[in-house]
Amino acid sequence: MIWLGIDTANTPLSIAIVKDGQLLLEENTSMAINHSLRAMPAIEEVFNKVNLVPADIDAIAVSEGPGSYTGVRIGVTIAKTLSWTLEKPLTGVSSLKAIAMNGLFFEGLICILVDARRGNVYAGVYKSNNESLTSIIEDGHYEIETLFELLHKHEGNLLFIGKDVSMHQEKIIREFGKRVVIAPVHFNLPRASSLIYAAQQLKTQVDVHPFTPEYRRIAEAEANWLKAQEKEKDRA
Amino acid sequence: MTKDQYVLGIETSCDETAASVVKNGIEIVSNVVASQIQSQKRFGGVVPEIASRHHVEQITIVIDEALKKAGLAPKELDAVAVTEGPGLVGALLIGINAAKAFAFAHGLPLIGVHHIAGHIYANELMQRMKFPLLAIIVSGGHTELVIMKGHGSFEVIGETRDDAAGEAYDKVARVLGLPYPGGPEIDRLAGESDDVIEFPRAWLEPDSYDFSFSGLKSAVINYKHNLEQRGEKVNPAHVAAGFQASVVEVLTTKARRAAEEYQVKQVVAAGGVAANKQLRGSLENAFKEMNIPFYVPPISLCTDNAAMIAAAGSSMFTSGVRSTLSMNGRPGMELTSWHE
Repeated sequence: MIWLGIDTANTPLSIAIVKDGQLLLEENTSMAINHSLRAMPAIEEVFNKVNLVPADIDAIAVSEGPGSYTGVRIGVTIAKTLSWTLEKPLTGVSSLKAIAMNGLFFEGLICILVDARRGNVYAGVYKSNNESLTSIIEDGHYEIETLFELLHKHEGNLLFIGKDVSMHQEKIIREFGKRVVIAPVHFNLPRASSLIYAAQQLKTQVDVHPFTPEYRRIAEAEANWLKAQEKEKDRA
Repeated sequence: MTKDQYVLGIETSCDETAASVVKNGIEIVSNVVASQIQSQKRFGGVVPEIASRHHVEQITIVIDEALKKAGLAPKELDAVAVTEGPGLVGALLIGINAAKAFAFAHGLPLIGVHHIAGHIYANELMQRMKFPLLAIIVSGGHTELVIMKGHGSFEVIGETRDDAAGEAYDKVARVLGLPYPGGPEIDRLAGESDDVIEFPRAWLEPDSYDFSFSGLKSAVINYKHNLEQRGEKVNPAHVAAGFQASVVEVLTTKARRAAEEYQVKQVVAAGGVAANKQLRGSLENAFKEMNIPFYVPPISLCTDNAAMIAAAGSSMFTSGVRSTLSMNGRPGMELTSWHE
């Protein structure tokens, strides 16, 4: 059983090929290079290095968001196209959960933060049983204060992972004090091998054609339009 | 006998998700377009983020349908052609990454196509191009006069310095309170009008083939303001007729002059606005008088589609042009020749 894993949800890029549970090769970069320039060449390189052709793979795992809208779309578009045209099953994994896998052996809650500007974050909170992760606070787009309120309902230590944690570090420590553990910087990168591992545990496949990213946030124009519709209704 | 050539085309530069298979660069085998117009109508124009989201929903469905209708397996294709630019970058990236993944999966050559080259090559799907050729491109994003001395050879002799013609149509339609998209509405109203308001023509320098439509748009807005300040009502049909008369006269006059100067053997029109009845009629008359064959593709090939991308891609493929998997979306891509 050969898996291809693809994560382009944020600045880092991770591509992995796992065969029968063994990681054959993983390419991890975090160079702020447009994913359209790097993602497909990296996938081609990885296949060449392990001496496989696209048709050799049995399944695909992709980081489905939330994250950078364009970033997530590139990974999802590549994964959908490969899955459909090679007729191989596709599994979507939360891009926050993919990063949370880096805290798989943490006792307490694993909090993933990705900055979403203006005091907002994309966040997800997970708990590990040393094998797999369970979602405790649903992936979403939160005001950071709202996320703090939700976290206060839980006890125990809090592991914060994510490249944008440093932006909010002071606030986090002020709020939770000694409960806070901040992951070292290199744990912020999602690893496509972990993504594949999480996909194998999910044991679900997506319906490829209608599969779309988990944006976890409605597009601004759509939100404004819905608001306007509500107003119309109130007036009527 | 040489083997037939099949090229898959993919186009996602704006608000249509499209895929098509073209045989030997001239024959449409399948042509599938999923339009977002119903969704984008809500916003009175194309919202880039919404466009990108729709493209991801549609992309594999549309390519799948194009291949099924063509009755071809991926291995039977010779190349994959995709719009590389210009267009909305987030939208372009969906088609580009799908094209790359598809080409990689089946070991097919990948070709990045310029959107305008595609619009021009839509004509090759109807009749053979004869050179030198003048192409008149008028759409929501482009207003250009292009001279072609042979296949894959482009010289842009004139372009808009501000708004594209279609953009001016949409903006004026909004001023007049007409529904989106405004172009067909203005064309219809102008055709029914019993009077024409006189608006200025932007000729620019005497020898220039460039265009400018922002002054005309401002003139329409000022005219409306002045009337409203005097408490008079605007007749949208009269304004539409006046606006359209200005656009059509400038386009026709400059195209005529270009056809004469470059001694062209054929004139083709392309782009969404080429479907405009009055513009089409005016160009037809002008080139009939000059005794130069003039062609406009059917409306389905004037608006954005992937058959035109496959047609241009076929010519590029024959010329040996190839792109790499590091192709990026190029929102401001310039039209350059692939053959001298």
